[in-house]
Amino acid sequence: MAAVKETVDQVGELEAYKHGFVTDIEQDFAPKGLSADTVRFISAKKGEPEWMLQWRLEAYERWLALEEPDWAKVNFPKIDYQDSYYYAAPKDPASGPLSLDEVDPEILATYAKLGIPLREQEVLAGVVGAPKYAVDAVFDSVSVVTTFKKELAAVGVIFCSMSEAIREHPELVRKYLGSVVPVSDNYFACLNSAVFSDGSFVYVPPGVKCPMELSTYFRINAAESGQFERTLIIVDKGAQVSYLEGCTAPMRDINQLHAAVVELVAMDDATIKYSTVQNWYPGDPVTGKGGIYNFVTKRADCRGDRSKVSWTQVETGSAITWKYPSCVLRGEGSVGEFYSIAITNGRQQADTGTKMIHLGANTRSRIISKGISAGKSSNTYRGLVSAHPKAKGARNFTQCDSLLIGKECAAHTVPYIEARNGQAVFEHEATTTRLSEDQLFYAMQRGLGQEEAVQLLVNGFVKEVLQELPMEFAVEAQKLVAISLEGSVG
Amino acid sequence: MLSIKNLHATVADKPIIKGLTLDVPAGEVHAIMGPNGAGKSTLSYVLTGRAGYEVTDGTATLDGEDLLSLDPNERAARGVFLSFQYPLEIPGVPALTFIRAALNAQRKARGEPEVGAPAFLKLARETAASLKIDFDMLKRSLNVGFSGGEKKRMEIFQMAMLSPRFLILDETDSGLDIDALKIVAAGVNAMRSPDRAMLVITHYQRLLDYIKPDRVHVLSAGRIVASGGPELAHELEREGYDKYGKAA
Repeated sequence: MAAVKETVDQVGELEAYKHGFVTDIEQDFAPKGLSADTVRFISAKKGEPEWMLQWRLEAYERWLALEEPDWAKVNFPKIDYQDSYYYAAPKDPASGPLSLDEVDPEILATYAKLGIPLREQEVLAGVVGAPKYAVDAVFDSVSVVTTFKKELAAVGVIFCSMSEAIREHPELVRKYLGSVVPVSDNYFACLNSAVFSDGSFVYVPPGVKCPMELSTYFRINAAESGQFERTLIIVDKGAQVSYLEGCTAPMRDINQLHAAVVELVAMDDATIKYSTVQNWYPGDPVTGKGGIYNFVTKRADCRGDRSKVSWTQVETGSAITWKYPSCVLRGEGSVGEFYSIAITNGRQQADTGTKMIHLGANTRSRIISKGISAGKSSNTYRGLVSAHPKAKGARNFTQCDSLLIGKECAAHTVPYIEARNGQAVFEHEATTTRLSEDQLFYAMQRGLGQEEAVQLLVNGFVKEVLQELPMEFAVEAQKLVAISLEGSVG
Repeated sequence: MLSIKNLHATVADKPIIKGLTLDVPAGEVHAIMGPNGAGKSTLSYVLTGRAGYEVTDGTATLDGEDLLSLDPNERAARGVFLSFQYPLEIPGVPALTFIRAALNAQRKARGEPEVGAPAFLKLARETAASLKIDFDMLKRSLNVGFSGGEKKRMEIFQMAMLSPRFLILDETDSGLDIDALKIVAAGVNAMRSPDRAMLVITHYQRLLDYIKPDRVHVLSAGRIVASGGPELAHELEREGYDKYGKAA
């Protein structure tokens, strides 16, 4: 309730894509294009051990043999993989995060502009009682800083950049990297395995409830470069973590590729809550020029009994979104959840959803998807729910709602349901509605302006999902919903 | 207060209001009665600015200010309120949130300070009590799963909270049982004041036993064809609309 009101308050501040600025700093690039040498360059830049390089090279070899998938309901010109930079990093930090004083002030200013607290005291000096959260800031291909590491280390939680984890915790990385999303899982995941740059690494030891929210803030700055982040989160027996990622990029009129891989591992009785607020530059709303191609593989392995993984995503940006955060429900009684708000406006195309793969007995999953299409955009929900022979007593509930704003947009729902045993119970509900002129008039008759009325109605539509976000991000997400739909009516 | 002169309006190019003239002075309650299809609801939508209801001629002013050129929310900010015949459902938006957003939008448009949460909640509690509305109902999505009678009561609740100057009640009695009708009528009567005026649109005389009009007008085929005191409503109840001609 308060949240909806907040949006109404914030409508006055609305503007078009506001993270579209470019930070002018000196950067290191890998030579343009992709080859085994590019892979070696990246690995060397990061000072990686030999095993990591071999892992990457093997991925590169496999990638050469794969074909770009074409089954998603999105259209884009053929990507020339040789016409992009695969590594871009701010000049100074040769390897990994530094102390804040050594970070280029321009970069700090960038994050300040984005409202991301990188100084721990800024977080502490915030509103009384506001929960603390630790931040890993990834700027193009490298992590520039990670906050609250000491405080987290005191309880045994490892939160650092992937590059640092490869150097400092090789035993964990070698054990789990690629164990959820195998190297050649799909075209984009394979590409990522070869050239991934940075991302976050989290390990929560048995029985520990992570004392604060962890978050990673991804920023693409360089032109003509892709971002290939890799995130790995391992939560041991009986441990808990809540993690959030945010993403923005400058406005550029060429397309940029973002092909990330996120792997989550949940042991017995572990709980992972993973939230995403994705606001990559969506491209020009009229011509469709530019914007990020967001081709992401996210998967959780509920390896342990009674483990639980909850994905919550608010997808508002990107020219094209191709993303299906999934749960492999292996452990007995494990639980997977997927809460999604996907908004497309202008010329955006989204093909997103989830996969709930029930392998263990008495596994449960829940999918709540809210798609909103406006402008000339296309929004597809694609979801798989499957129960394998051993998954006796598996249960799924899926609710999939689409809201259309205007007459030139499209919404599609593509559910795949496979039950390979007779004791699984799957429920699927889907609705498609158009934002009703009657409701709009009703709200306006009460005094709300048209934009305000749309915000209020849309917030009502997505409320079930917004409630799943950590409080401090729910407000942010709501603002984003408002901004994304600005000018979509009338 | 409200002054309508020679109003003509079309819906999908079909003329519905055809030269309607009406004055409702401040402090008065006027009833509009008429057969189905006479243009009663159309009149309420034209006055509130609903899209698709096109004014082709004539004027409508509130205290001398032109209404017809204003957006629906601008008219609302100037104090025009319509109690809908069929109130809309707003899923996911609690009634209180909706009304507070509307109230503050109106206040902002008038250059008044917004109402803070404590003052708003206090007013909401008092108003709900007077209309016998369970306060918990106000925390639920507006009108979703409400009965017809509850929706109408919620309209009157919104009206009381927004405190408009010119009230239009469109078939407010439909769907109400006698007890609910009394509560709603009491709520409406509580709003009668020398600074306000009301237009009560109804097909039946029943509502007018509880909300006593100063004047009664018969609307037929898009025009006012007869006007009189409250006794006109009783006459219509006895004799029907036949003598005023069929609907267009």
